[in-house]
Amino acid sequence: MPLVFCIIFDCIMNIELFFQYVAAGVTYGFIYAIVAIGFNIIYNTTGIINFAQGEFVMLGSMTAITLNAFMPLSLAIVLSVLITMLVGAVMEILFFRWLESPSVLRMIIITIGLSIIIREIALAIWGENVRALPYFTGNEVSSVSFAGVHISPQVLWVVGICSVMVVGLQVFFKYFRYGRQMRACAANREVARLCGINTKNMVTLSFVLSAGIGALAGCVVSPITYSQYNMGVPLAIKGFTVAILGGLGNSMAAVAGGLLLGILESFSVWVMPSAYKDAIAISIMLLILFFRPAGLFGRKEEFSLKEF
Amino acid sequence: MRRGSLFLSIVLSLLMVLGVFNWSAQASEDVIKIGAILAVTGPASFLGAPEANTLKMLTDEINSQGGLHGKKIKLIIKDSGANPEKAISFAKQLIEEEKVFAIIGPSTSGETLKIKNICEKGKTICISCAAAEKIVNPVAKYVFKTPQKDSFAVRKIYMQMQKMGIKKIGVVVGNTGFGKAGKAQLEKIAPEYGIEIVISEVYDKKATDLTALVTKLKAKGVEAVVNWSIVPAQSIIAKNMRQIGLNVPLFQSHGFGNIKYVKAAGAAAEGIIFPAGRLLVAEELPDDHPQKAVLMKYKRDYESRFKEEASTFGGHAYDAFMILVEAIKKAGLDKEKVRDAIENMKGFVGTGGIFNFSPEDHNGLDIDSFEMLTVKNGRFVLLEQ
Amino acid sequence: MRKGYLQIGILCLVLVLIDLVSASFGKTYYLTQLTMSLYYSLVVLGLVLLMGYAGQISLGHAGFFAIGGYTTAVLSTYNLMKYKDAAVVKMFSKAGLLNLREDLYGAEILSFHPWVGIVLSLAIAAAVAYIIGIPVLKLKGHYLAMATLGFGIIVYRIVLGTPLFGEADGVSDVPPFNILPGLSISGEMDERRINYYIASFFVVVMVYILINLINSRVGRALKAIHGAEDAAESAGVDTANYKLKVFILSAIVAALAGAFLTHFNGGIGPSEASVMKSVRYVAIVAAGGMASVWGGLTMAMLLNFLSLRGYFGSYDDAVFGAVLIVIMLFAPEGILRINPLKILRMSIKKS
Repeated sequence: MPLVFCIIFDCIMNIELFFQYVAAGVTYGFIYAIVAIGFNIIYNTTGIINFAQGEFVMLGSMTAITLNAFMPLSLAIVLSVLITMLVGAVMEILFFRWLESPSVLRMIIITIGLSIIIREIALAIWGENVRALPYFTGNEVSSVSFAGVHISPQVLWVVGICSVMVVGLQVFFKYFRYGRQMRACAANREVARLCGINTKNMVTLSFVLSAGIGALAGCVVSPITYSQYNMGVPLAIKGFTVAILGGLGNSMAAVAGGLLLGILESFSVWVMPSAYKDAIAISIMLLILFFRPAGLFGRKEEFSLKEF
Repeated sequence: MRRGSLFLSIVLSLLMVLGVFNWSAQASEDVIKIGAILAVTGPASFLGAPEANTLKMLTDEINSQGGLHGKKIKLIIKDSGANPEKAISFAKQLIEEEKVFAIIGPSTSGETLKIKNICEKGKTICISCAAAEKIVNPVAKYVFKTPQKDSFAVRKIYMQMQKMGIKKIGVVVGNTGFGKAGKAQLEKIAPEYGIEIVISEVYDKKATDLTALVTKLKAKGVEAVVNWSIVPAQSIIAKNMRQIGLNVPLFQSHGFGNIKYVKAAGAAAEGIIFPAGRLLVAEELPDDHPQKAVLMKYKRDYESRFKEEASTFGGHAYDAFMILVEAIKKAGLDKEKVRDAIENMKGFVGTGGIFNFSPEDHNGLDIDSFEMLTVKNGRFVLLEQ
Repeated sequence: MRKGYLQIGILCLVLVLIDLVSASFGKTYYLTQLTMSLYYSLVVLGLVLLMGYAGQISLGHAGFFAIGGYTTAVLSTYNLMKYKDAAVVKMFSKAGLLNLREDLYGAEILSFHPWVGIVLSLAIAAAVAYIIGIPVLKLKGHYLAMATLGFGIIVYRIVLGTPLFGEADGVSDVPPFNILPGLSISGEMDERRINYYIASFFVVVMVYILINLINSRVGRALKAIHGAEDAAESAGVDTANYKLKVFILSAIVAALAGAFLTHFNGGIGPSEASVMKSVRYVAIVAAGGMASVWGGLTMAMLLNFLSLRGYFGSYDDAVFGAVLIVIMLFAPEGILRINPLKILRMSIKKS
């Protein structure tokens, strides 16, 4: 308890620092949220948790960096998102489409295997070097100041693009034909199929979509965090934590979960050694799994009907 | 079904044993076998990859000149991926099976410490490319190392701080063996130079954003920051410091000696001060500097063959290999005599400095092997005193 | 039962044959990697029971392996010399728990006897498995996978972040383990063959336990859990209890393997606790056909042996990734269940 008071006191004394932490947390929160939404899209149509979700983020940013050598930044990003979508589609068609009612265990193992293979291929192509896209505006040292808080302009890009993505997805699922068909699949695959929806195509589409948003997130965050062949796994674990924090399958809740985790992680550095920063996400994940597997915003009854 | 699989198991396991015999290449006695255990892939590949390249290059060079004492060198590189258990397996393989003349590597301290005793008992020379002082203290008869001692780097930094009048510093390190060893030395030596460490933090080696950490440093009002790591995070910390407006001098370890990190940090790298071997500023050295010729040659050869900039890490492998070659040239092909020759080697000019080995010192470098460098216009330059 | 003895007999024969063949070719050095592979096989055998029979995936078994290895490593290397006059240390010494030795460089080291380390390793692993097993095993599918993964990562973080465990360097200079006078687990060249047989002994015992367990009431209950947990429960099988017991057993075996391999290698590093290691164990179990003791054992020996000898070069992880995908896509029953004749017949029919 006295510790909590200390922190509150510290915050009041140091309102600038407080916002500095919030800014750092929000940047990360949005990236986690996007990865979590990627998990959700695939989970909703297939019931699979795609352990290779983080690899989409890596592929997107690495491809964009390579392409950026030959073309302007914006074009490189667009192309890399398209390429990653293609990878997502190929992955689904090659490894999932033709399997008939595989067990969950089999699915878990296949996606883990894919994650390793994609990572190793990336290592063979790009090597172990750390790379980065250039800052969209300004450079490494430029910062925007709000009332004493310094943040990199790239943070604004991350927040902006991710918000647009979240809103865009909502619109897609609500008002577009394919979006609605995907939601129908999520609600009940059998019934959707009986209504004449090609559920197999919907599954492919869900892989494409989640590869696309992962890739775009990878591109916007690359100037801040850098890209490396092995950046996917930690992101996948945090994304999964966020996904279950909000309740698996619920995209808007994932955004809230993402921001919560990002800010918690960022503030954790204030009170404890930063070596344990990663432990926060894992502990939250375990706590949620043990005590509230339906997530903070999910209902227990609804949850018990789901298969996972 | 069950019986079938049992039968198959037996066949497979026997095939395994027999198959392996055929795979092992016929050993020809006309070569000098030199083993290398390097982390070519995995988390320490930024060390192992340039080291492996360097060794391949040097082996080709020596063999094209006719080898040593009329024998060609056969280089056996084993990729441990920085796994100690593999390093152990490979060390035993190289010593007992391949009967190598000497082992170069491993790349990391953890692996070297695991195989130190194996080499000692197997009476095989091991020249490590890892930094930890424990590798040569206590001195093992057959174990040497080429990277400079961490404590010298720390002293160099603190001497510079004294000149700049810095008293209160923050220390941040990555959670690798390198970071761990650096932190211990930084904390141990600070009082000798009247420097107070007001905050000391460890971050994850895969950290991708350290804004929260540098914010903490800022709150403590440090006059300078020392970052000790060999991972990409050292560029990130530079960037994040400038972004939040923490404009105090940033000191890095000799692990910063790779131009890739400067590129990654971009404008934020300007003005970073760090100690390093002279390889990075080879062009700037005066022509009469004893190391100039060696450094320029290594740099030119490496860069023209592998199309990437030479790093000090590759240089450690260069030193290890050339020390061995020098000793073989001098003492012939007897392991014991070569070992003695290394132990008594004086004035060997390598990329890391001038080596003077002795029975008590199996590293052979002194504090002058470091030079203080800084970054100017995206390039490494000597720090003007 | 008799069939079980026959199989065990064949296993012993094969193990002896491997030794004799390598000895007669004068290539006993293969036994070093074979011994290491045997210890890793123990972990795999535990997982075969957990994954194949009880149907519970674990992505955290490297964590148990590391708990075993690190516990005994720390206890047998931590030098108590400077506390040797403290009352507690004297008490330990009187109880015969301590061991005084001299290292290669002449320093005197007073540390716990490896027996203490081994016993504590197993006890700690069992306790941890019990504590985390209760909540974790309530989960299913993806959640179970993630929870065990989380456990694995926590163990990895702890060994990487704690000075006592050597942080990134791990623990070195672990002494040999004298089980009986004249019989010790160590990596010394002249004790290679005996060590191969020690490791073989543990594997044979483990296989014996597994075969008996699988063919007993417990085995049938486990199969029921795997097939349909709810149905098994309503038929009166105490599923939670069985799952927990199997989980603890596999954890203890993993810890035992970790502890012995650490003495054999003379050290342990954080890579033994990494997630990739856990995934590798799962890959091996999958390649062996999940619920197959023989398949798991063969694959564990084969893949680990090749990996430890460096045949996969820089593609080590990629090989395991590929094994996972290929097996799960084309042969979820395991490699050994592929019937070449059947495939041939099928392809002839097709053409």
